[in-house]
This record gives sequence, structure tokens and C-alpha cells, in this order.
Amino acid sequence: MEIKLTCIACPMGCPLSVEMDGDKVVSVTGNTCPRGKVYGEKEVTNPTRIVTSTVKVSGGESVMVSVKTKNDIPKGKIFDVVKALKDVEIPAPVKIGDIVIADVAGTGVDIVATKNVD
Amino acid sequence: MKAYDIVIIGGGPAGLAAAAAAKRSGIDSILILERDRELGGILNQCIHNGFGLHTFKEELTGPEYASRFIDQVEELGIEYKLNTMVMDISPNKVVTAMNREEGLYEIQAKAIVLAMGCRERSRGALNIPGYRPAGIYSAGTAQRLVNMEGFMPGRTCVILGSGDIGLIMARRMTFEGAKVKVVAELMPYSGGLKRNIVQCLDDYGIPLKLSHTVVDIKGKERLEGITLAQVDNKGKPIPGTEEFYECDTLLLSVGLIPENELSNGMGVAMNPITSGPIVNESLETNIEGVFACGNVLHVHDLVDFVSEEAAAAGRNAAAYVKDGAAANVKEVITLKGVDGVRYTVPSTINVDRMADQLIVRFRVGGVYKNCYVSTYFDDERVLRRKRPVVAPGEMEEVKLSKEQLLKYPDLKTITIKIEEA
Amino acid sequence: MFDYDVIIIGAGVSGACSARELSRYNVKACVIEKEEDVCCGTSKANSAIVHAGYDAANGSLMAKLNVKGNEMMEAMSKELDFPFKRNGSLVVCLSEEDLPNLQKLYERGVANGVKDLKILNKEEVLAMEPNITDNVVAALYAPTAGIVCPFNMNIAYAENAYTNGVEFKFDTEVTDIQKIDGGWKLVTSKGDYTTKFVVNAAGVYADKFHNMVSDKKINITARRGDYCLMDKSAGKHVSKTIFALPGKFGKGILVTPTVHGNLLLGPTAIDIENKEGVNTTRPGLDEVISKAGMNVKNIPMRSVFTSFAGLRAHEDGHEFIIGEVEGAPGFVDCAGIESPGLTSAPAIGCMVADILNENMGLEPKADFVAERKGIVNPEHLSKEERIALIKEKPAYGNIICRCEMISEGEIIDAITRPLGAKSLDGVKRRTRAGMGRCQSGFCSPRTMEILSRELNMSMFDVTKAGGHSKIVVGTNKDVL
Repeated sequence: MEIKLTCIACPMGCPLSVEMDGDKVVSVTGNTCPRGKVYGEKEVTNPTRIVTSTVKVSGGESVMVSVKTKNDIPKGKIFDVVKALKDVEIPAPVKIGDIVIADVAGTGVDIVATKNVD
Repeated sequence: MKAYDIVIIGGGPAGLAAAAAAKRSGIDSILILERDRELGGILNQCIHNGFGLHTFKEELTGPEYASRFIDQVEELGIEYKLNTMVMDISPNKVVTAMNREEGLYEIQAKAIVLAMGCRERSRGALNIPGYRPAGIYSAGTAQRLVNMEGFMPGRTCVILGSGDIGLIMARRMTFEGAKVKVVAELMPYSGGLKRNIVQCLDDYGIPLKLSHTVVDIKGKERLEGITLAQVDNKGKPIPGTEEFYECDTLLLSVGLIPENELSNGMGVAMNPITSGPIVNESLETNIEGVFACGNVLHVHDLVDFVSEEAAAAGRNAAAYVKDGAAANVKEVITLKGVDGVRYTVPSTINVDRMADQLIVRFRVGGVYKNCYVSTYFDDERVLRRKRPVVAPGEMEEVKLSKEQLLKYPDLKTITIKIEEA
Repeated sequence: MFDYDVIIIGAGVSGACSARELSRYNVKACVIEKEEDVCCGTSKANSAIVHAGYDAANGSLMAKLNVKGNEMMEAMSKELDFPFKRNGSLVVCLSEEDLPNLQKLYERGVANGVKDLKILNKEEVLAMEPNITDNVVAALYAPTAGIVCPFNMNIAYAENAYTNGVEFKFDTEVTDIQKIDGGWKLVTSKGDYTTKFVVNAAGVYADKFHNMVSDKKINITARRGDYCLMDKSAGKHVSKTIFALPGKFGKGILVTPTVHGNLLLGPTAIDIENKEGVNTTRPGLDEVISKAGMNVKNIPMRSVFTSFAGLRAHEDGHEFIIGEVEGAPGFVDCAGIESPGLTSAPAIGCMVADILNENMGLEPKADFVAERKGIVNPEHLSKEERIALIKEKPAYGNIICRCEMISEGEIIDAITRPLGAKSLDGVKRRTRAGMGRCQSGFCSPRTMEILSRELNMSMFDVTKAGGHSKIVVGTNKDVL
């Protein structure tokens, strides 16, 4: 079976073709770089995403700070991750890379700050 | 009057990269003027990831990408002023700026880098009929409200325009608890990156309706709903295809316009296609020593390319300060985009002043599949690159080398065009 | 005891001018307005033209008040500090066969008392306005015509009335008017008020109130006009107001610079049922764009940055109805105020005040303050004055609206002055913040912060234009 995808690993958006045998990936074609191959394989077996959002900051120059999952998390867990950020408030100062929530929603991945707030 | 070698108008990604490059090229007297309360420009509200793959070989969010350049500016000890509005720039490079502390004051610059960025087209620019209630925002305004201030502009949302900001905001609004009903796009293709359609719309089952537009707006105080209709190949709504969507929010992502009021005021010549200055190989405008880069020059899709372009502008401004204007300007080569290529940046090349390699950037006017991007030196085709697809939403480039150009001493015109494969 | 001597229904330009002229006297007066601010109906969405006065029929009240209002406008703009410019107008004639109509217009103008009218030939027209269509045959030139800021004119009159003791009640809708002994009772959404005299300046709703008290019914139709407004880059395309001569090619669309330097195209004239129907329509906007080009060439349509519609209060008799209503003593109509209503407003205000004075025998107010200072416009200051202003009040150094270059100082003034702004549109009409090419994309979040701070209200209560026009509805993830 052949699955058509658009690669999201970078802005080029290569059209990928993933050849499957049952639930095993036989080949990925259409990619321009190795990242595309990795994306294609993952997307048909265990699709993942980076999630970006915001949490509140107290006592800082801004009231919000942007955050992200440090690594990609399973696509099916996106809303669990987002909901885990509800009502989270961290004190200033915040530095890029500070861990906001460790092991968010049981994904094994940390939520980290992506902006400095003094 | 204060005096600086280089004054950079805008502390967003373009201004920061230009400043860092100018400093590294040996100029110490540099001032960045930024109207917002922090450096980083629009990147501060672009909290999604996808920035920096080209520049840093890793995937960063907007604020992270900005912080890399802000750190460089800090480490290089470059002076900047926040909350400072540039009111006017005279043709002889006197910058009039204003802020709370210093009031209205003038700065004499030897060189100026224009890096003011762009603004969003408004509802009025599309002339969408209907009422004028609250609940209609440009995607960027909504992005600022949600990402920087934590406010939800609404609960149920329709997005007009499939530019990247619109696509990104469809996902953002969904994450923050809003229902995004549909993204409508006037053109038969999306104006955004393909990856954003996949990861911002497809992932969340948000439909993208191509060749559709908003034909009516309902609600006198707060938006109550909008009517979408399909459009024909001239962009005219087709009667009978109207469909009403109940929503309290309409986000518009219908194009960006370079913010060139200051450039116009000082007499910089403009390209009507890009709405940005006409520049030469040095990214210098028709006014000697005035350079432009980033979205004020032409709207980019990728900040990485803004940084690259701005660094070149910064280096060129530094060279201008050190060496003065190009002596003995011989005849320049004209660049032209035809047959599907809408414009080129730059518009002219003086081979003596170009770097070893020059990246010519351009956009196409429609979607072309399995085509060639071809470059002609006068009538001779010298470069041809096969492309599976080119589209208006994605900026293209052609690289020219100095070595190659030197082989054509009588070259008058370089033409870039799309050819069928 | 009556609550008031006079209640004026409507805080549009007619109501505000009436209130201000009435405030010269010792009188307890109140203006009742259903919207959250002054200038929210017909007065806010029109051509912003000060007509010379050749349109109205000879001997009509419209003609008389138009010419008088035009004559008063310059002095009033100085006394009350609102923007006005006597830029002149041209009525463009495109066909030889319409020339007699142009001549008729000239003669009517002369008979109405319009000064300095002149018919220009093609060459003279094109020399004066090079962007007029080459198809022009002749034009009627009226040097006395002008352009005004309708918002600030209305606001200036209202502020000055307030300063001189007139009360204003906003968000208050009159639902019924009852005759009581020696006066009237107004039933409103905020309670009942009694008054000896009523001035009915209710715009498109003036017929409703008139018909509550009189058997001689009047009928006002909302006549919608769609407009397109263009960026300042197009503002110098013409310097005079360019009208089409009604004739062979229909009524035509005017093209005019605004007093703030934009270019305005419009209006259409479409009679509608819904008196709140200020929605533009596709055919309406298309008509504006296609017809504007008939009289003026090369209009840079790409520069359109907003469109809007306004409703004229068209009475069946097409005449201003100003005076005490027969059989309803103390009830004074100020109805049917359609074009040239804005031009006439200063004169309308005087006329209404005169009527009330005749009936009531009022005493002049000893401490009447005739002058009002508007929000400082830094563009009119010298560099030194501006530096001094920022030194004294640093907020004037902080630009909020990047397109129109409006500072925080001006916005604070707009909010905190008498009858100050309570909404984004209120700030916009007073300062122009948000009225530029980005249409408030950049400045609205910051203006919201200033409103919230100055009026001590939650960000969730900041509105675009009062009522339910809230801008933000919650916080991130609040419903997750």
C-alpha cells in the first residue's frame, strides 16, 4: 500500500510517498533530505508533533510566556498536553529552556519556556 | 544633533541581523530604533516552531529565533532604543525620532538600513460588504492578543485567507479552546506553506475552502456570522453558492504590505509589485547609502531568508560607510522577471560591487507544475532548474556568481522566467 | 416640578448644535442618546461636506440654513476648534445636453445667496483639477464649499454644551412620549423624565417621535449611502470636492479629499426598511467604485482601505422640518435633516434655540463659555512646542497609532475630557487612532489597555462601540 503525505519537517513541503507492507514501512520516496525519510516513517507508524502554546507569568514584564514541548509528542496526546497547561502560572523571571512542566501528560517530554521574561 | 554611522529603522529580525552584520564588518557606531517595547519584532508573537532550520540547523520558535539575534546584538554591544518612533527621515539622512524620555530629536546618519517590516491588509482593502461589528481582526492582531496578552478574541471562528498567519492562527485558536469552522481562500491555491496546511488544518480537521470568499458580514454590535460564497476564475462570487456560517470571530489573513511610509517620505523609489523599494545588488535604494531588507523590501515567507538578506544589507551599509559610494559606476545590469515571474529583488546589478555570490529572490504569479525556472543572460539561457511545483505563496531564488557574470562583460539584461518542462 | 426645561432627543450633530446654542441661556437641559456616545448615527457616516448651497430649492428652509450654516462654519470651527477647510467644489457636467441643467444650478445658487459661483469651461476645469475626466464639458465652481471633520464638529458642539451645563444621558433609549400638564413625560430605557420642552433631533427615528404627539404624520425613510475611503497616499488626487451633475448619466458619486487628507468616494442612495441597516452591500460598493471614475480619472482604487455606509433621514417632503409641532405645544421638531444637514447644523442649532427662547423667554447665561479647545494636534505644533509638550506630558512622546501617528497623550485626553471616549470607536472618532491604513490592527490592543487603565474597567468590558461590541471574550484555555 502507498500513502501520500506532505512532509512538514521543513518549509519545503516535499510530497512524500510511503510504501507500506502491512504496518511496516518498505520505502519513503519524494523526500529531499534525510529528515523527510524520518518524517515519512514516523507519520505512518507513530505520528508526532511539537506543541507550542502559552502559560501565565506572575510578576513579570509580560503576563504570558510562550512554551513548547521540548521534543515531539504523539499526535494523539496533543490536547492532553494543551489541557495540562491550563491554569499553569509560573513566576518571573523565566529563561528560555526553563522547564515549566516535567513529563507533561505522561509523554515523558518536558514543557519548556521559549521566551525570556524578566 | 546626535550622529551615527549607521541607523537601523526597526529592531525586528531584519534590523537585528543587519546590525550584527554591520558591526562585524567593522562599524562601531550603530543605532537601532525600535517602536515596540522589546526587540524581536513580529517574532515575539510567532510562538509556533519552524524557524531557524536554515540559519541554525535546528527548529526554533519565533521568540527563540529572535533571542539568538537579540543576544548577538547585546554581545556585540550595539546601541538600541525601544519605544521610539521614527517620525521622518530626510533625503540627507537626518532621522527624526520620538519617545517619552527624549521627546522629539534628530539623528544624523551616514547610512540608513530600512527594516520596518510590513503590516496586514485590512478588511477594507478587500472591500468586504456588510456590517462593521466587533469580532473582526487581522490574524496578526488576534495572534498578539492570544499569544502575548492571553486574551481570547472569540469562541467560534472563521478565517479568511490561507496565508501562513491565518493557518497558524487556526491551530492556535483551536489549542486555546476556540472552534475554527473553516478557512476560506479567494484564490484556487493556498497562500501559505504546504506544511502549515497539513499541521495546522488537516491535523485538526479544519476544512480549507479554496476559491471562496466572505460576501456578507452579519451582526451590528458583535459579529454573528458571515456568508461565504464560491468565486469564479475572476474572483467574482458565484450567485447561489452562498453559505452562512454562524461565528463570533472573523480572522483575516489576506496579505501583507511593506510598511514604507517613511521610505516614501524620503523619496525612495518604489516597486509597485512588491510595494517595497527598488534596490540594487547591494540592497541599496535609489538614495545613496539607504539600504532596505526584510519585509519592508518584499514580503518573505521564511525569517531565515530575512536574516540572510538583512545581513547582506548590513555588510553593504558598512562598506558604504567605509568606502563611500561606488566610484566609477559602470553600466549596471538590469534584472527582469517575465512569463510568470512577478518581480525580482534586486532590480539591478553592478558587477563590481556584488559579492561572490548573489541570491536573486522572486515570486511567481500563479501555480506552475513541472516547470523550469530559467535564467537568461540577454538572449542566452544560462541556468535552468527543474521544479515540480512553484506557487505564489513560496518565494523562489536563483543564485548568480560573480565569476559567471564577469564572463559576460557586455551583459545588459538578466531575465528570469518560468518555462514549461 | 419638571426634571428638565428642555430634553433634546439625539446627540447627533443637530441635537448637539441645538444643545450648544441653547446652553447660552439659563436653562436646565438634557440630551438623551440611545447610543454610548455622541455622533453615532447619520452624523458619523456622511460625505463630510460643507455644501455651498446651490442644491436646495429657492426659498426653502434647506436653502436658507445651508447658506447660513456655510457662512457660520469657519468662525465656529475656530471658536470650537474642529477641523474645517474651505476647499471649494466643482459640479462636473459631462455632456452638452446637460449644460442647461448646470446653468439652472448656477442660477439657483445665486438666488439662494451663494457667493462667487462661476461656470468654468473645460480648459479652466482641467487647469484647476487635472484629474477630472477629459470628458468634462464644463463645471460649476463654488469656492465657498468646504470639508469638515463631522465627528469633531459634533463632539465639539456637544462638549461645549456640556461645559455650559447641558446634561447628557447615553445608552438611554426613549420608548414613549406622553403629554402631561405643562409639558411632556419621556419614557426611556433608564426611567421616566419630565420636561417642559422636547426637541426631536432623532435622525432617522424623528418620525417615530413626531408621530407619537401629532396627528399630522411625517414619514422618514432611511436612505443608505455606501462610501469607500482611501489611504492618504491618494488624498491629493483632487483638491476640491467633485460632484457629478445629475443628468444624462444619473446622479453620480462624489470624489472629495477629507479634511484629514484621505480621499472619499460615495455615496449611493438606496432606500431601505431597516433603520439600523448600516451594512454596505456588494452592489453598493461596486456602484461607488464604477461611478466615481466617471468624473475623476485614474483613481488609485488599490488605496481603498475601508468602506462604510450611513443613513440619511429622508422625509417624504424633502425639506427640513424645524419648529413647534402643531397641536403639541412644547414639542419642537428638528426632523428630516438630510443633506445638507451637516452644513446647516450650526444654523439649525441657532434656529432651535431661537424657537425655544421665544417660547420660554430665557435669560442669557452670564458665564457662558463660547470657546472650546479640542485635543491638541501635534502636527500643528512647532518642533519646539512639541518637545515642550512631551517634556511636560511624556505620554505625548509615545506613539500608539503608527499609521496616523497618534500618541498616548492624545488618547488619554480623548478619554478623560468632558463627554470623553468610552470605546475604541470613541477614541477613533476623537483622535483618528485606528483610522489609518492598518485599520487599528496594531493599535487596538494598546488603545484597549489605555481605556482599561484610564476608565478603571476590565479589558473584557472594553468595547468597539458600546453595547455588546466586546473585543475579547475570555482568556486562553478558559473553556478547555
